[in-house]
Amino acid sequence: MDKRNMLMQIRGLTVNYGAINALNDVFIDIEKGEIISVIGANGAGKSTFLKTITGIVKARAGSIELEGKNIHGLRPDRIVRLGVTMVPEGRRVFPDLSVKENLELGGYTLRNGALKKELFDLVLSTFPRLQERLKQHAGTLSGGEQQMLAMGRALMGNPKLLLLDEPSMGLSPIITREIFTLIRLINRERGISIILVEQNAHMALEHSRRTYVLENGRIVMEGKSGEIKGTKSIIDAYLGV
Amino acid sequence: MEITGYLLQQFINGLQLGAVYALIALGYTMVYGVLRLINFAHGDIFMLGAFIAYYLISKFAIPIYLVFIITMFCTAGVGYIIEKVAYKPLRGAPKISLLITAVGVSLFLEYFLSLNAIFTANYIGFPRPFEVVNYDLSLFTVTNIQILIFATTGVSLVLLYLLIYRTKQGKAMRAVSYDQEVAALMGINIDRTISFTFMVGAALAGVGGILYGIAYPQINVFMGVMPGIKSFIAAVLGGIGIIHGAVIGGFIIGISEVFVSAFLSSTFRDGVIFVILFLVLLLKPSGIFGKRIEKV
Repeated sequence: MDKRNMLMQIRGLTVNYGAINALNDVFIDIEKGEIISVIGANGAGKSTFLKTITGIVKARAGSIELEGKNIHGLRPDRIVRLGVTMVPEGRRVFPDLSVKENLELGGYTLRNGALKKELFDLVLSTFPRLQERLKQHAGTLSGGEQQMLAMGRALMGNPKLLLLDEPSMGLSPIITREIFTLIRLINRERGISIILVEQNAHMALEHSRRTYVLENGRIVMEGKSGEIKGTKSIIDAYLGV
Repeated sequence: MEITGYLLQQFINGLQLGAVYALIALGYTMVYGVLRLINFAHGDIFMLGAFIAYYLISKFAIPIYLVFIITMFCTAGVGYIIEKVAYKPLRGAPKISLLITAVGVSLFLEYFLSLNAIFTANYIGFPRPFEVVNYDLSLFTVTNIQILIFATTGVSLVLLYLLIYRTKQGKAMRAVSYDQEVAALMGINIDRTISFTFMVGAALAGVGGILYGIAYPQINVFMGVMPGIKSFIAAVLGGIGIIHGAVIGGFIIGISEVFVSAFLSSTFRDGVIFVILFLVLLLKPSGIFGKRIEKV
C-alpha cells in the first residue's frame, strides 16, 4: 500500500484487562477516505479495539500511528484534537441536554467559529431530522435519531477518522439501512475515513471496502469485503441463514 | 401578630444558617457530580476558610471584599492540592478506596492543624470586621451581618450559575458529570475539569467559612465537622449531584435547625437533621430533585 495515502497504521496491538487478553497482536491499516469494518462475535474485542484507538484503554504493547505519528499513550482529549472522534456503542448522547447542546459539545475542541458554523450546518443538512428537534432533550429522541445525533456530535469534532461502534445496535432494519446510507454519505462528501465495528456482519461487509475478522482478540481473516463475504467459514459463522 | 413576627424572625435566622450550608453543600454535590466521590474533607476546607479570614482580618487591616477574594483563592488552592495529592492517584481505583482516603484527608487536616504550633485546638474569637447594626422592620429585625450573608450568597450563586451554564468550562463540568468517558471523547480534558471543580467547590466553602465566622464568631479546627455533615445531608436531601438541589437542601436544613431550636429545644437541633436524613433515605433516596439512584 502507498504509504503517503495511509491514515492510520496499527501494529502489534495487545491489550489486557487484568488477566484477560482482550486484544492480541492486532495489525490494522486504514487509508485516507476508506471505510473498513471490523466484525466479530460479542466479546471478540471489537469495542476494546476502538477504545484503545481513542486512548480510553491503554495497550500493553504495540503502536498506533496517525499520519506517521504515534498517538498511543496520549490522553483521549489529545487524540480527539488530532482528528479522531468516535460514536460510542449505545450512542450515549447526553439525555438531559438539548440536541443543540449535544452538538455543541461535539465541537468542544474547535476554536475557529467559522469552521464550527460550517460543521454545524453540515450536520443539519446531513441529518435534517435533527434540525426539527434542536431544542428537544436528546433523551426524548428515537433510537435512530439518537444514532444520528451521536454521529453528528462526532462530526462536529472535525474528524479525519470516524470510529463507529455498533451503529446498527437496537435499530430496525429500515433505520439501520438509513444509517448506513448516511455513513457512506459522510465518507463520500467529506472524505472522512471510517472504522466500522459491527456485529451485523451483513451490513458491515456490504458497506465497507475492506474487512477484518476478529475472534478472541485476534485477527483471523482480512481482505476485500466482497471476497470475505463469499468465504465459506464467514458465511457459516457470521452470515448464517 | 407577635407570633407571626417571631416566626418571620426565626425564618430569617434559618435563612442565614441555610445560606452557609448551601455554599458548603454545593461543593459536595459538584465534586460528587464529576468524581462520584463524597469528599469528606470538604467541611475542613470550610474551616480553613474561616481561619484564613481570621488571620487576614486580625493581622492585616484589609477591606472585607479583599478578605473574601484572598480566602477564596487560598481555599481553591488547597482544594486543588488535595485533589492532586490524595484523589488523583486513585483514578480507576475502587470507589471505597477513594472514600476512605477522603476520611483520612479530613482527619489529617483537623489533627495536623490542631497542633499547638499551628491553629491549636482552642476556640478562637473571630474578629468582627464591622460593627453590628440592627435594622428594625417592625415585624422582625435584620442585622447587617445577615444582609452581608444574603448578598454574598446571592452573588456567589449567580456567578456559579453563569459559570456552569454560560461558559465553556461549565459545559465541560456538566459533560463530565453526565458521562466521563463520552466527555473525554468530546475532547474534554477530564483531569483538568475535575481539578477545576474541586477549586470552585473549595472557593465556595471558603466563602461559607468566612460568613460563618462573622455570624457565629467562635472558630476552632473542628468547626467544620458538624456543618460539613449537615451540608452533606443537605446535598443528599436535594439530590446529590444536582446544583439547585444542594441550594434548596441547604436552606431546608438551616431553617429546620433554627425552628427546632426555637420551638422545641436546641438539644434537638443536630438530631433533627439526622431524622431528615433517615426520612430521605427511607422515602426518596435519590433526594428531592433526584431522578435515578446511583450506588456509591
